[in-house]
Amino acid sequence: MTTTESRPTGRKPAQIVDMSWDPVTRIIGNLGIYTKIDFANREVTECHSTSSLFRGYSVFMKGKDPRDAGFITSRICGICGDNHTTCSNYAQQMAYGIKPPPMAEHITNLGEAAEYMFDHTIYQDNLLFVDYCEAMVKATNPGVLARAERTASPRGDIHGYRTIADIMRSYNPFEGEVYKEALKISRVTREMFCLMEGRHVHPSTLYPGGVGTMPQPGIFTDYLSRLMHIIDFVKKSVAMADDIFDFFYEALPGYEEVGRRRILLGCWGAWQDPAVADYRYATMNEWGKAMYVTPGVIVDGKLVTNDLVDINLGIRIMLGSSFYDDWVNEQPFVTHDPLGNPVDMRHPWNQTTVPVPQKREFDGNYSWVMSPRWYHKETDKHLALDTGGGPLARLWSTALSGLVDTRYVSSGGGSVRIQLPKGESLPETTLEWRIPQWSNTIERGRARPYFVAYAAAMALQFLEESMELLRAGETKVFQDFEVPDEAIGCGFHEAVRGVLSHHLVIKDKKIANYHPYPPTPWNASPRDIYGTPGPYEDAVQGQPIFEENGPDDFKGVDIMRTVRSFDPCLPCGVHMYMGKGKTLNVVHSPTYGANHG
Amino acid sequence: MTSESHTTAARERIERSEEHEGIDEITILWISEGMSCDGDTVSLTAAMQPSIEDVVLGLIPGLPKVNLVNKVLSPSLGGEDFLTPYRQAARGELDTPFILVIEGSVPNQDIIEGDGFWTSFGNDPATGQPQTINWWIDQLAPKAWAVVAAGTCATYGGIHGMAGNPTGSMGLGDYLGWDYRSTAGLPIVNVPGCPIQPENFMETLVWVLQHAAGDAPPPPLDHMLRPQWLFGKTVHEGCDRGSYYEQADFGLDYNSPKCMVKTGCWGPVVNCNVPKRGWMAGIGGCPNVGGICIGCTMPGFPDAFMPFMDEPPGGTLSSMVIKPYGAIIRRLRGVTNEMVNHEPKWRHRKNKLTSGYDPYWRP
Ligand code: SF4
Ligand code: SF4
Repeated sequence: MTTTESRPTGRKPAQIVDMSWDPVTRIIGNLGIYTKIDFANREVTECHSTSSLFRGYSVFMKGKDPRDAGFITSRICGICGDNHTTCSNYAQQMAYGIKPPPMAEHITNLGEAAEYMFDHTIYQDNLLFVDYCEAMVKATNPGVLARAERTASPRGDIHGYRTIADIMRSYNPFEGEVYKEALKISRVTREMFCLMEGRHVHPSTLYPGGVGTMPQPGIFTDYLSRLMHIIDFVKKSVAMADDIFDFFYEALPGYEEVGRRRILLGCWGAWQDPAVADYRYATMNEWGKAMYVTPGVIVDGKLVTNDLVDINLGIRIMLGSSFYDDWVNEQPFVTHDPLGNPVDMRHPWNQTTVPVPQKREFDGNYSWVMSPRWYHKETDKHLALDTGGGPLARLWSTALSGLVDTRYVSSGGGSVRIQLPKGESLPETTLEWRIPQWSNTIERGRARPYFVAYAAAMALQFLEESMELLRAGETKVFQDFEVPDEAIGCGFHEAVRGVLSHHLVIKDKKIANYHPYPPTPWNASPRDIYGTPGPYEDAVQGQPIFEENGPDDFKGVDIMRTVRSFDPCLPCGVHMYMGKGKTLNVVHSPTYGANHG
Repeated sequence: MTSESHTTAARERIERSEEHEGIDEITILWISEGMSCDGDTVSLTAAMQPSIEDVVLGLIPGLPKVNLVNKVLSPSLGGEDFLTPYRQAARGELDTPFILVIEGSVPNQDIIEGDGFWTSFGNDPATGQPQTINWWIDQLAPKAWAVVAAGTCATYGGIHGMAGNPTGSMGLGDYLGWDYRSTAGLPIVNVPGCPIQPENFMETLVWVLQHAAGDAPPPPLDHMLRPQWLFGKTVHEGCDRGSYYEQADFGLDYNSPKCMVKTGCWGPVVNCNVPKRGWMAGIGGCPNVGGICIGCTMPGFPDAFMPFMDEPPGGTLSSMVIKPYGAIIRRLRGVTNEMVNHEPKWRHRKNKLTSGYDPYWRP
């Protein structure tokens, strides 16, 4: 974490400047990034990520009717609220011992597919790609832009842009063609979402036990016709992303080090197969593996487990730099899971949230986010898994397991293959995402359009299956139930930007404990009790700086690209700022941007 | 009502075109750092009639030039660069009048002993510590040309002001006082919704801007400071399933296309136009597409409506007497509507927490 010791020869004396971005704009939620940058050797030497908002869902849910949980938890997030409702309903279905009718699962799957298409598109094209647009590259690496003008786009026949610089121009905010087109697509995909789930952000038609959406033919044809109008946009996005990202590796040798972390990925799986999912804990391994995105924990490129029971039992919520009291001396709520395995005191089922507002100290507590980790038995380590911004971990896990084999998507042999039908101008297309060499900023970005294609392809399958059911008269969408006196449940799902779990304990028909763990606590977590930094901190810390500007006009684009590659919880991406930093002689307490007025 | 007011405004404009006293340029300082999910900003980007781009790019005639400063949508570089107009406004040095938009409820900072904060917006330049949302509102509200509350959290407290919350969160009315007036003499303009229905918000904003331009009277608000033309009717009055209610034909679970009052719909007593308007482009909504109305636009939300999936109390009675019918129903509903139009008593800015939060609550 410190900067000056044991450098290879040829290193210059460090010139450390504090740089901070707080608030980070174009994101949802309150994120601050505080760094120290060594401008002499052009690398980031330290990074802290803070969140300055506490609302207390796990606190005020206690004592409430468990059926209300999905309606309440939606409000955790203003961009992926439906992912929470869905996940909550999965957890409740386990607790109530029910299984929704197949039509309800298809409608939920279709809604979630539309959500992925909407959110990833607006994020990637309207936010993330602003960091790779002509205006930004010109301001940060003019030499790279000059080279882009001379470089022909290898996939120009698909997307229609002749040079790499032409692609970059299409991403210019408010003016570029792709930027504007993406805004339109984000409205169309939200309409598709509303056809299934009623309202975006906070859906109105999802219930534990199923949905209230009436499965009339109209909603499926309305969805399908919208999907077919955007399908070519999806194909082009993949081709453009491949062109841009390949170009960056080539134009800036060593760029693979930007945002590179050890490969520590988590994916909790998405889209249930109604033929297999029964939501029982005892069969969770089987129905988890039948999900259309396969869950998995990946360490150093190897699949450690894809069994949801193992995944569940390995979750630990750590403190260390967060504004909370520990709960370790409380009575546990759940000592053993329904299979008889012991449940740790640091597991979400046993957590009690006790907020203690206090001063922010970077060498003490500095964030309202806790530090979720995954306990790896073999090495006795608490791993700071990240989600790769969602798509990277999802594709990686699905490719390694090789269990998904459907009409339009298949996996195995180190890749995921996605087949999309003919659209308005492009023919039927098969895309193949291959497991990359690194878990880094570029690969997180590249995976995203591939996953939009994946979601579009799965949507086609869900539509076909829905129509089959409809024609067979199987239109039941809701399964009634009784809330039991005592029960536990857990739900696993993928929020747009990665892993999402809900853990629920019911006593006397009321919520005794409830803990939702969305992706951002995993990615944005601060240092835990062992001093292990969270993924944003870890990915930024130590990364090289390629930007040509010095401290005075530094934009921080390489850091921005890294933080944004994780999709920090919003549609609109981080546009981190940089003021003129302050050069420090003694490096301890961080300053903030210097041009505050 | 809408068209009437427009007509009046247009006529007035012609008559007093000589002494036009409108504002030519205005800044919108939008703060979503309250207890919020930022869902109102996201919802806003779905609006098409008009879209936020239309307003900011000057496509709507007769409005002042609008400078929008919103964290999510900001083209600025962020950090202090982003905060500059807020800092100028706090010092009273912004060169245009400004509309303060608050998204999210306001936590009670006074219940914290010692240092610490519930939510912040940038840092205090003097100490480097987080600057609380409360500080910003205290600085900005007295200087604002108008204050607009976006979403039910900001208007009445919403989800984050629920019973048992540890932060003492409340809406802007409870924080600033219900008799608050902006420098233009306007009360807080409340646009409830969890989240805001996209067009409901944009329409209200446009009206406020037309008023700023000197071309329209202030938007007509009801006793809870909501735009009357949007929240003057109930969900039930705009619901596709109303004819089932009239025939006393009720769905008994969520598999039914019939009236959902027995499965939890609060439509008869909730002020909201979503079933009529749809969610976006006329698509989606709540009871019209199979979602029970949980009263998300209401001051009593969420506590007065929970548990959501049970038949509302009083629903049994009114759905029984629906056969004899009539005036009695309207009277009964009037009573309940009055009740759910009130906020729970624990939303206040006294320096103690009365939400029922117990830090070591165990069953
Ligand atoms: S579903 Fe709700 S709003 Fe619609 S008719 Fe029934 S009670 Fe009224
Ligand atoms: S109909 Fe009810 S639940 Fe739907 S937006 Fe209106 S108040 Fe909210």
